[in-house]
Amino acid sequence: MTSSMVRALGVRKSFGDLEVLRGIDLDVAPGQVVCVVGPSGSGKSTFLRCLNHLETLQAGRIWVDGDLVGYEERNGQLHVLPEKRLRAQRAKIGMVFQRFHLFPHKTALDNVMEGPSAVRGMSGADARELAGDLLDRVGMSDRSHHYPAQLSGGQQQRVAIARALAMSPKVMLFDEPTSALDPELVGEVLGVMKDLAADGMTMVVVTHEMGFAREVGHDFVFMDDGVVVERGTPADVLGAPQHERTAAFLSKVL
Amino acid sequence: MAQPDIASTVEDRPDLTIDATHPPRPGRWIGAGLTAFALFWLGWTIAVNPNLHWDVVVDYQFYPVILEGLWVTIQLTVISMVVGVALGITAALMQLSESRVMRFAAAAYLWFFRGTPLLVQLIFWFNIALIFTELSIGVPFGGPKLATWETNAIVTGFVAALLGLSINEGAYMSEIVRAGLQSVDPGQREAAQSLGMSRVQVMRRVVLPQAMRVIIPPTGNQFISMLKTTSLVSVIAGADLLTVTQRLYLENFEVIALLIVASIWYLVMTTLASIGQHFVEKHYGRGYGTSVPLRSRITRNLTIDRRKS
Ligand SMILES: Nc1ncnc2c1ncn2[C@@H]1O[C@H](COP(=O)(O)OP(=O)(O)OP(=O)(O)O)[C@@H](O)[C@H]1O
Ligand SMILES: [Mg+2]
Repeated sequence: MTSSMVRALGVRKSFGDLEVLRGIDLDVAPGQVVCVVGPSGSGKSTFLRCLNHLETLQAGRIWVDGDLVGYEERNGQLHVLPEKRLRAQRAKIGMVFQRFHLFPHKTALDNVMEGPSAVRGMSGADARELAGDLLDRVGMSDRSHHYPAQLSGGQQQRVAIARALAMSPKVMLFDEPTSALDPELVGEVLGVMKDLAADGMTMVVVTHEMGFAREVGHDFVFMDDGVVVERGTPADVLGAPQHERTAAFLSKVL
Repeated sequence: MAQPDIASTVEDRPDLTIDATHPPRPGRWIGAGLTAFALFWLGWTIAVNPNLHWDVVVDYQFYPVILEGLWVTIQLTVISMVVGVALGITAALMQLSESRVMRFAAAAYLWFFRGTPLLVQLIFWFNIALIFTELSIGVPFGGPKLATWETNAIVTGFVAALLGLSINEGAYMSEIVRAGLQSVDPGQREAAQSLGMSRVQVMRRVVLPQAMRVIIPPTGNQFISMLKTTSLVSVIAGADLLTVTQRLYLENFEVIALLIVASIWYLVMTTLASIGQHFVEKHYGRGYGTSVPLRSRITRNLTIDRRKS
């Protein structure tokens, strides 16, 4: 449809009477890193979850890599996508969670192999090789046979990033990937994310790490109360916020 | 002792290891003594009691009829548990289903089979021929029939026992499975979905293995319970261990000796099952580093019976 990697138009989402997203637009070009910032409860996680259809929308459209997410349009009528095709869409979208959500009954290596072998139908040997390479890339090859409970938060999050990368995603979604970490562990995860960005991965990152946003982000989006209040380059928004709500929030976190 | 100076060097420090004596605890010693005495006395009266006929116990422990009953009990337990677990998983998934019809059907099943005594259910199944004299395969609502059997020929004591035990067990297992499925962090499901897994894969590869950790211990207890609950089928001529024991002592009047024979077999089976449970739990505890010592597992299972009936 366009050359955007991710495009969201007028996304609305309610839980019962509570309207959490009230018309969100977003455009992410291939290879770009967009940082999404906003106060707690502003709908950031919900928006990310809409992007890979973990939540269904009340209104709006989302395209990832040119495909309409979750639906198909035939003769002007919207149809819910069959599960098989929705799964193929999700496989192209990597997701990293605040609380890691590694599979606790599997070792680091098995966690990373899970996607390739279950979803891509890769052979055991190939999946193991791929998983080994990815763990190496996030600096976790010496811990590949540890269970998640035996890893620090930062190590778990790096394994979780490797697990998402194992599906060769076109875009990576990060939901506050460092908020559950002790301060001294934040750097190792941000380091891996910086490397990813430098390799040209398209990324949507919900974060409170303004240093990361300034250094790595191409775009900066400030959300509050289910709407995008302000957007621009990180330098512009962080340096001279145009909106009073943005300024008030940034003065608290900076 | 006077408080030593903190600044003193390591060599200067007084010996600080703790090697303290305890104030006397006479209550504990008296309690232990009395208990030991009571146990010894109990053992002694049992050992020397002429009414217990230990020689008969020895004679009958491996008596062929007893062993046949033992085999029936094992079959009843294993088959009822396997069918019960399958029914339980099905009913649990129905309980968690988005379909109201499914949830209603599951709720009705649990309500009925947990709300009536197992003994009543067993007698009911045994007498099912009073309601349905024939069983047939064909088109429902009075349509043509392909094959017909007489109910009494199919629902023998053994089959009635299996029906009663497994359908009842399914209702209890359903609650255990549901609790297990719900114990898994919803984030696990989302992480699996976001990789592109299908519903079935999410369930089989991610949710169930984690739910098993919660499901296995009470299921083990159910299994051990079932070994003993099978004795209820003696009321419907189930040919299990207790039934054959009763038949024997009605002939030779060695009531107590034969009940001891049966009890020894029940203890052997429950103990073996406890040991098995230990290893299964260890398997599903991978990655969590928790484990109950084998010895306390055995005694715990033998003493606590959280069952119904
Ligand atoms: N499944 C749900 N059911 C009902 N309400 C929900 C659900 N998920 C989120 N909400 C509500 O939606 C609002 C936005 O939640 P969301 O998690 O998207 O915020 P957030 O910006 O990610 O906040 P945080 O910074 O705390 O993570 C909150 O008021 C939350 O209570
Ligand atoms: Mg959030």
